[in-house]
Amino acid sequence: MTRKRQRLYFLLLGMSALGIAVTLVLMALKQDVIYFYSPSQLTEFKVPANKRIRIGGLVEVGSVAKEGAITRFRVVDKQSGIDVAFTGLLPDLFREGQGVVAEGKLGADGGFAAAEVLAKHDENYKPKEVADALKKSGEWQREEGPAR
Amino acid sequence: MESLSAFFAMGGYAGYIWPAYGLALVVMVAVLVLSFRDARARETELDLLQQARGRRRPSAGESK
Amino acid sequence: MHRFANPARFLRMANAVLPYAAAAAAALLAAGLWFALIASPPDYQQKDSVRIMYIHVPSAWMGMVCYAAMALFSAMALVWKHPLADLLARATAPVGAAFTFICLVTGALWGKPMWGTWWAWDARLTSMLILFFLYLGHMALANAFDDPARGHKAAAILALVGAVNLPVIKFSVDWWNTLHQPASVAKMGGPSIDPSMLVPLLLMAAGFKAYWLMVLILRARAEIAAAKVHTIRMAQVHAAGQGE
Repeated sequence: MTRKRQRLYFLLLGMSALGIAVTLVLMALKQDVIYFYSPSQLTEFKVPANKRIRIGGLVEVGSVAKEGAITRFRVVDKQSGIDVAFTGLLPDLFREGQGVVAEGKLGADGGFAAAEVLAKHDENYKPKEVADALKKSGEWQREEGPAR
Repeated sequence: MESLSAFFAMGGYAGYIWPAYGLALVVMVAVLVLSFRDARARETELDLLQQARGRRRPSAGESK
Repeated sequence: MHRFANPARFLRMANAVLPYAAAAAAALLAAGLWFALIASPPDYQQKDSVRIMYIHVPSAWMGMVCYAAMALFSAMALVWKHPLADLLARATAPVGAAFTFICLVTGALWGKPMWGTWWAWDARLTSMLILFFLYLGHMALANAFDDPARGHKAAAILALVGAVNLPVIKFSVDWWNTLHQPASVAKMGGPSIDPSMLVPLLLMAAGFKAYWLMVLILRARAEIAAAKVHTIRMAQVHAAGQGE
């Protein structure tokens, strides 16, 4: 075959090998690449207590309660949930039924003590009028949480 | 004008929005201006060199 | 493809396209800015901060498109030894780096009010930062050697190796838990952006592409001229050496 074709095959082979290698590495490193654990993944990855981690999911509707300086809420995914306690300022976009990421530690009691809370918004963009109309007509569908 | 100041206030997010647009503008204009000046400088340099050599025209394969 | 191998022909075509690219960029960006800042509504939850999207997303797209082009030019240089390919890769690198920089900074300006943080080491943001460093690496390598050919070869290899980062960037928000939300435009089921917001987004994206074309042509002209100067100077040195 021509030298040109040789170079092309070499390139394709090299890129394929590289792609496979990168895929394997990323698969092996999954626990380090994910930005947060969903409540289900806390069990799946057997995350220990008292280790600084992040959890994420949806704020369960009706679970937000303020006790003085402490805000309590429940973070859920499709299969499970965890109770969170947080002292501090919540971000503007924090609300029930919305995505949230909390950094802190799992307590021995199975709850989560959060040191920082971030809001995670979804990928839907619409003007207020459209959102209001959807809510009115009952078509408003909350996108399910980010947990996998 | 009220609506003009409301426009600049951007619902309270002015401190984030205007720096974002401003940065994009500055960077894109800078890249454009620098690229234009670079092209002009290099082509002038090439012209002068070619004139000095008596307008010797390089063939296609030479440009590497 | 080999029709473009002749630099004189390439330059003629490029110079013919240049005024149209410039006009298109000006018109599309003007229209895009009008819609982005004035004639589009605030988001129901992100309010006016959504307007940062009209800079952030197009610059992210351009950062990735530029890199893909750079990788393609690099493959053409290494495999087909196309004479202009290395020069085009050099020409597009700084523009891609600039777009990626804009994306990262506007992202931080958008993240602080919406998420509550300027930065997060999640897979999407981290892989975009890596993309920025790949650009810088390419620019450094291409200029590192006295012999341009060696620099170009090293840079081309870097560009191709780094290209595995592109699918990682794109699918990071699907493969892993990230703070950054999933795709709103290029996804199954169609865009999840209201048309009133999709218009400024697409206008700005098109404007950025036309701008890229314009800058790429200018930089290609500079690279071609510089390469010719280098050739002439090398010939002069060679001739001077032989005349002794």
